[in-house]
Amino acid sequence: MSALEISDLHKTFLSPEGLPQPVIHVSAFELAERNQVALRGGSGSGKTTFLNLIAGILKPDAGMIKIAGREMSALSESERDRLRATTIGYIFQTFNLLQGYTCLENVLLGMSFGPGVDREFAKALLKRVGLSDRLKHYPRQLSTGQQQRVAVARALANRPKLVLADEPTGNLDQANAREVLGLIRETCGENRAALLLVSHDREVLGQFESVKEFHEINHPVTAREAAR
Amino acid sequence: MSLWRIVYKSLRQHTFSTLITGLSIALAGALLMSVWAVKEQSHAAFTGLTGGFDAVLGVRSAKLQLVLNAIFHMEESPGNLALTDYFEIQKNPNVELAIPIAMGDNYRGHRLVGTIVEMFAQCEYAPGKRHAVKGHGRIFDPTAREALVGSFVAQKLGLKRGDVIHPFHGLIFDEKKEHSETYVVVGVLEPSNTPADRVIWIPLEGIQKMTGHDPQTASDISAILIKLKAGSAIAGQRLSLMYNKQGSRMTFAWPIGQIMAQLFNKIAWVDRVLELVAYLVGCVATASVLASIYNSMNERRREIAILRALGARRSAIFSVIILEAAAIAGLGMLASFFLYSGIMMTVASIVRAQTGVVLDPSAFHPVMIWAPLGMVGLSALAGVVPAVKAYRTDVAENLSPIS
Ligand SMILES: Nc1ncnc2c1ncn2[C@@H]1O[C@H](COP(=O)(O)OP(=O)(O)OP(=O)(O)O)[C@@H](O)[C@H]1O
Ligand SMILES: [Mg+2]
Repeated sequence: MSALEISDLHKTFLSPEGLPQPVIHVSAFELAERNQVALRGGSGSGKTTFLNLIAGILKPDAGMIKIAGREMSALSESERDRLRATTIGYIFQTFNLLQGYTCLENVLLGMSFGPGVDREFAKALLKRVGLSDRLKHYPRQLSTGQQQRVAVARALANRPKLVLADEPTGNLDQANAREVLGLIRETCGENRAALLLVSHDREVLGQFESVKEFHEINHPVTAREAAR
Repeated sequence: MSLWRIVYKSLRQHTFSTLITGLSIALAGALLMSVWAVKEQSHAAFTGLTGGFDAVLGVRSAKLQLVLNAIFHMEESPGNLALTDYFEIQKNPNVELAIPIAMGDNYRGHRLVGTIVEMFAQCEYAPGKRHAVKGHGRIFDPTAREALVGSFVAQKLGLKRGDVIHPFHGLIFDEKKEHSETYVVVGVLEPSNTPADRVIWIPLEGIQKMTGHDPQTASDISAILIKLKAGSAIAGQRLSLMYNKQGSRMTFAWPIGQIMAQLFNKIAWVDRVLELVAYLVGCVATASVLASIYNSMNERRREIAILRALGARRSAIFSVIILEAAAIAGLGMLASFFLYSGIMMTVASIVRAQTGVVLDPSAFHPVMIWAPLGMVGLSALAGVVPAVKAYRTDVAENLSPIS
């Protein structure tokens, strides 16, 4: 069973002028269990949109997304929420840590919507990302790299089958980027999660055995092009 | 981490507005509870505090005035009766106890009430309770110039056994109207929480024969307090008929509780207005819960989006906001009990000083259950407005870049 299976996925936004702006058209994409794949794409190419669709945060216009064998469109909204909480770990481009919660609480909060709170595992994860002495720090008391690590720990907290990482090193210097990326890959490996990472950073992508060009799998067709 | 934990965090993040909103709930709740408690307690006290008597017999006048004057020691005396009226009703087979009282003098604003020793020796002001004298004091000697001081007066004027007091003429204190007689305090009454605490008791003859009082009326009395024999409702009616319908010189005010209840009915509209004000204040406070949470929704859209992205259901977000509104109201209502005690203690001391009626700030009232429930429920209901806004928060749109 694949961790992720996509076919004929469409997403079109409306521009402020009200014109349709196709952003995503992925005919077929598959990610095997415990595989790690990187997608490279330029800014504005639709990478975040793609991940949001997979995570069920955005609703596709058409197409099929299967996560760990379950088809998203067949699920109700609350079932999708549940699936997101239990099966998917999302490392956001902008971390999206909750400011009013400590490191540990941020991780615990992720757990509370999923299978349940496991304090020991949360602490172990934070220790794994090198933050065992920062459990009670609030996000604003952390460096950017440290915040990124919290986001990594949180994404792995519910032992997801699939981890989505959106430009996870975008805000880090090279040394840190390398380290955090290593960490994501290792922890995903340790936790038997498949990893789908999107980035435009060559440096980052160099570390992956499997790098795909996003524009090779995504062919959004504008109305003008379609008319031609 | 439960929803309550999220609620707690959110309240902590908005400490100031939580406090202010909670305080407005607390004030509104305290107002609501006080209005009800004062209304119910004063109603019960004034209609139940008969001093152990069933009726008052006085000169022809309004029954209410007779009761207020003879039982509560308020208002002017409407006029006098002859001592023979007392002897007559005392002989009536349906009368268990008749106590004459005479008024017309004061000591520093506190009324001197002339009466007979049976007032203390026989009258039960509440079932099984007689007016008792503190410590080594005793009841006055009916032939001597002696005084028995009510507990409230003693406390207020610092009177104790052995003190000598100089009465003043009239019911209102006027320094120029000092009588030449003096009275010796021979005892202080134990508090009875009745209007008896508020007066100075002296022998009946004392008032009657005070210098400067008209010798012609020296044997007059102000009113007669009457206790009927048990189970003599018919006797009450018969006496009422006799004095009120057949006679025209006297008024038989009976039953006392009902006469006071009529007074309360007459001023019931004041209660209504107060209640209405309290309800409105309650609504305003609840609306402030709505406003404060609603105002915070903008800055919280991102947080809500993050929670949703982590897998929180819409319904969970909705519940968090409702719980938050309820929690603010709940905290406010907890605080309101402290405010309530403060208000009640103030009100009770005023009422006691003015009427001798004692309100109990710690007494239980059903309003203490329904007001908190009502306020919390109403606030939770008000929380629906921001909760709907939270429920509708778009996830992708609000997971915006600023980190
Ligand atoms: N809610 C929206 N409404 C309209 N257009 C949108 C919306 N969200 C995204 N877009 C458009 O979709 C395109 C892809 O956006 P997306 O955020 O997926 O890009 P990206 O590949 O993640 O870029 P970056 O590398 O800069 O993060 C952009 O052109 C953007 O303008
Ligand atoms: Mg992006």
